[in-house]
Amino acid sequence: MSGIPKWSAAIGSWRALSLSIAGAISLIVFAVSFVSFGRGEPVTRGAPEQMRLLSQSQYLQIIEDIFGEDIARSATVRFAPVKRTDGLVAVGAATAVVTPGSLEPLEYSARQIANNVLNEEHRAFFVPCAPAAVNVRDDVCAREYLSKVGGLLYRRPLTPAELKLLVEIAGRSVGTAGDFYFGLASSVSGMLVSPQFLYIQENLEHDPDRADSWRLDGYSKASRLSFFLWNSAPDNMLLHAAESGDLHSPAGLGQQVERMITSHRVESSLRAFFDDMLILESFDTMAKDPVIYPAFTLKVVSDAREQSLRIIVDHLLSRDGDYRDLFVTRRTFLSRGLGMIYQLPVQGDSDGWTAYEFPEASPRAGLLMQAGFLSQYSHPGRSSPTKRGRGLRETILCQVVPDPPGNVDIATFEDASAKTARDRLSVHSTDPTCAGCHRLTDRIGIALENFDGAGQFRLTENGERIDPHSELDGIEFADANGLGQAVRDNPALTSCLVDRLYSYAVGRRIERNEVKWVAYLEDRFAKGGYRIRDLLRIIANSEAFYRTTRGDSDPQLLATTNL
Amino acid sequence: MLRGMLSGGAIAVALPLFDCLLNTNGTAYAATNKSLPTRFGTWFWGCGMDPQIFVPTTVGAEFDLPEQLAALKNVKQHLNVFTNFRVLTDGSPNLCHYTGWVGLRCGAAPSARGELPEQSLDYTIADTIGAGTRFRQLNFAATGNPRHSYSFKNADAISLPETSAIDVYRKIFGPDFQDPNSPTFTPDPRTMVRKSVLSGVLEQGKALNKELGTADRARLDQHFTAIRELESRLELQLQKPPPAPQCVIPASPPPEIPVGIDSMLVAERHNAMTDLLVMALVCNQTRVFNMVYSDSASNVTRRGFAKTHHAATHEEPLDPKLGYQIENAWFVGEAMKCFAYFLESLAKQPEGDGSLLDHMLVYAHSDQEVAKVHSLNGIPMLTAGGANGLLKTGIHIDGAGEPGTRLGYTLQRVLGVPITDWGYKSLRTSLEIGEILA
Repeated sequence: MSGIPKWSAAIGSWRALSLSIAGAISLIVFAVSFVSFGRGEPVTRGAPEQMRLLSQSQYLQIIEDIFGEDIARSATVRFAPVKRTDGLVAVGAATAVVTPGSLEPLEYSARQIANNVLNEEHRAFFVPCAPAAVNVRDDVCAREYLSKVGGLLYRRPLTPAELKLLVEIAGRSVGTAGDFYFGLASSVSGMLVSPQFLYIQENLEHDPDRADSWRLDGYSKASRLSFFLWNSAPDNMLLHAAESGDLHSPAGLGQQVERMITSHRVESSLRAFFDDMLILESFDTMAKDPVIYPAFTLKVVSDAREQSLRIIVDHLLSRDGDYRDLFVTRRTFLSRGLGMIYQLPVQGDSDGWTAYEFPEASPRAGLLMQAGFLSQYSHPGRSSPTKRGRGLRETILCQVVPDPPGNVDIATFEDASAKTARDRLSVHSTDPTCAGCHRLTDRIGIALENFDGAGQFRLTENGERIDPHSELDGIEFADANGLGQAVRDNPALTSCLVDRLYSYAVGRRIERNEVKWVAYLEDRFAKGGYRIRDLLRIIANSEAFYRTTRGDSDPQLLATTNL
Repeated sequence: MLRGMLSGGAIAVALPLFDCLLNTNGTAYAATNKSLPTRFGTWFWGCGMDPQIFVPTTVGAEFDLPEQLAALKNVKQHLNVFTNFRVLTDGSPNLCHYTGWVGLRCGAAPSARGELPEQSLDYTIADTIGAGTRFRQLNFAATGNPRHSYSFKNADAISLPETSAIDVYRKIFGPDFQDPNSPTFTPDPRTMVRKSVLSGVLEQGKALNKELGTADRARLDQHFTAIRELESRLELQLQKPPPAPQCVIPASPPPEIPVGIDSMLVAERHNAMTDLLVMALVCNQTRVFNMVYSDSASNVTRRGFAKTHHAATHEEPLDPKLGYQIENAWFVGEAMKCFAYFLESLAKQPEGDGSLLDHMLVYAHSDQEVAKVHSLNGIPMLTAGGANGLLKTGIHIDGAGEPGTRLGYTLQRVLGVPITDWGYKSLRTSLEIGEILA
């Protein structure tokens, strides 16, 4: 064993300092906090250990955490899209594969990052030792550096064999290029394309508290926790807790959870989760018709995505708000570009954003009536009640809207004289083949028709006054605000969040043996007033979150595996 | 050796050299221009076509080019048009804008959206002809969306397409490019180091394999396969590349094209990528590629027109006089204009004793026949290029309702893929389309 990296001296000292302060504060918080570990939660069997491919955002977050924001920002990182499974890319990551085509850009970014970290500008900051000479190999210094950075990248101490090989690669590369730091960069780039880094691989060990049972080892537990709460690899403190065995005790685990959950880094995890759940990746390739929606520029597209995330973070984390109120809140954030869409003058703070609260009489409130949702579920040149309805059902209420039948000629129902979407879509309800599914979607979308495909407010469409009255699952309302309230009160809203969040946390679909556990989570979520930080805390402190069964890996090899 | 599946078991049948390349007259091999490699690529567009103005009225040679194919008039002699072929679902649902392309690409109809039962034929063909170049295959999405890819190993391993022409330029002609016509060659020591690093990664990974379950072990194996493949391609870069007399490195990267799926932007992106692809091919950077003009269920837009192509297919009434949807036809026409640009670019690029297109086989198809009703009967397919003399061109084939997989099977056979049949259930076939074999 090469030991856990002691990373506070030169490498990442700024991070270590901030974490030390956060850690001290969290200890105090923890002393008075409630630890739910093992208290009355339904027993689960969990699922077999996993091997999840890192997401692009996790990759970049790790690079930022270890090497700093400037290194991460200068990197060109392209992951192949991962199949969305059960509503989440995070679940698809458990079966995703690296192909020759997807490895090429990863190898490119690995070299780019490694070379930037070890270039003349950065090396003194990151490498805690100086080589005997810059043009010869220095295995002692290489070992010191690589054991530290390797421990953070692999999220566990390197095995002696791994470290020996990395030092050898570095040494050989010096010989070729005559540059000690090029040698180090070669080893770092190798780690960045290795499966040890790119896959979050979970390892099991015998559970001393349960005969013939297995449990995640400390480092696997640390990774599960860290990717859940920080969307990143474990930091030094968490790795130390894994090494010492503290993570296997409720108190030790609770201490780490509290430290992490009160850290500002929870924000990156919440952003990553909602980015996945709400399919915000679609903004990467979204564009509106510049003739029809000239104000909806590409800058506004990225602002619309950012606006949604700012509202979520502000409401759920900064204000510790009730999740349901996200759909009725009148608080938002505006950029100058969005001001054009909202027809509001916006000065913007230093970062170009300003907080804003819609007045009571405003037709806008909640996440559904922001430019993000409204434009995401529209065509490039017009609104789409069907898309909006389907988007709400599938991403926010976790309901499945069936595909349309393949052989229906919708055009035969088209009424050329129809001026509003309500009139155009009314034909769907007259045909039994269409009516079933369109009833699920269109009625929701009709309520949002006062907002065009760019999210701009309007009273009329083609000169005819828009009638937004509609209903959701039997609850009737007069307009979009009524829809927001109906969504807020819909029981599927909170159960969907719990399902998605737990699936996101464990990176897989919920198992049958976890149904009671998830119901328990929903109950706790409700009793706590639907505060997401509490929900994160309950999950992170639970036994269920870490419960793992052994898959079909070789038990003998597993038992003798020595990291 | 030919390999196939018979009653679930693998069989291997010995075949004489190049037997799979011979037609009934035995002339194909003799006609092969062996000095230049055969390249293969796909070209995809979404939302099908309008049969009234797409399907030629005559079959065989000397077929006419209806309005929707008129843009291809300059390359007609290099084209084959395949109509009236089907994708059969064997009781599985017709998954709108999905079943069609999945069936044609991998020979099996999916039973659910997201399912990709077999690897796509470009993967198989790359296994056969893709060695010896810097890239196993190049993939492009003119829509700019990385999810628009119809090349796959399986549902969890979908090829990552390039989405920006500038990135294509950097990838192909960036610092790692080696000019095949340079009078001097010095192996780059940094390439040696890259290769050595990858060998180290493989060495380090051996221990991991022991700790995994079956499925994850298979995924890890794919990771190592990817590393080994990259390693072997780096090995190629340590050798002097063979000369490529027509290879001319583009002087500068193409201009940046903003995000968007407006048809003008898509065409701009498509054409810029095409220009780079042509040079990548003659510079021996790859032998297999996939070009996506528009996604299945095409979301391409027309400036100032509120509906996407897909929305137009469903919401636009048939013109009572013409009998088809005018706006939808416009979108298909724009796709065919880009396809024409694509083929003309290949045709005007000299290579050997002819053009680059003479040494290529391009397979184009869509996801539906008539998108309005998601028809899979008559799903349109075209090929272009003579594949080094192995294919006849300038022919319109009426499939008479036969499975469209016959074309995919024929193309694989022509390119030397050792199979005796291809596809599953009703899409399974061992019948080539003999009319196009030279």
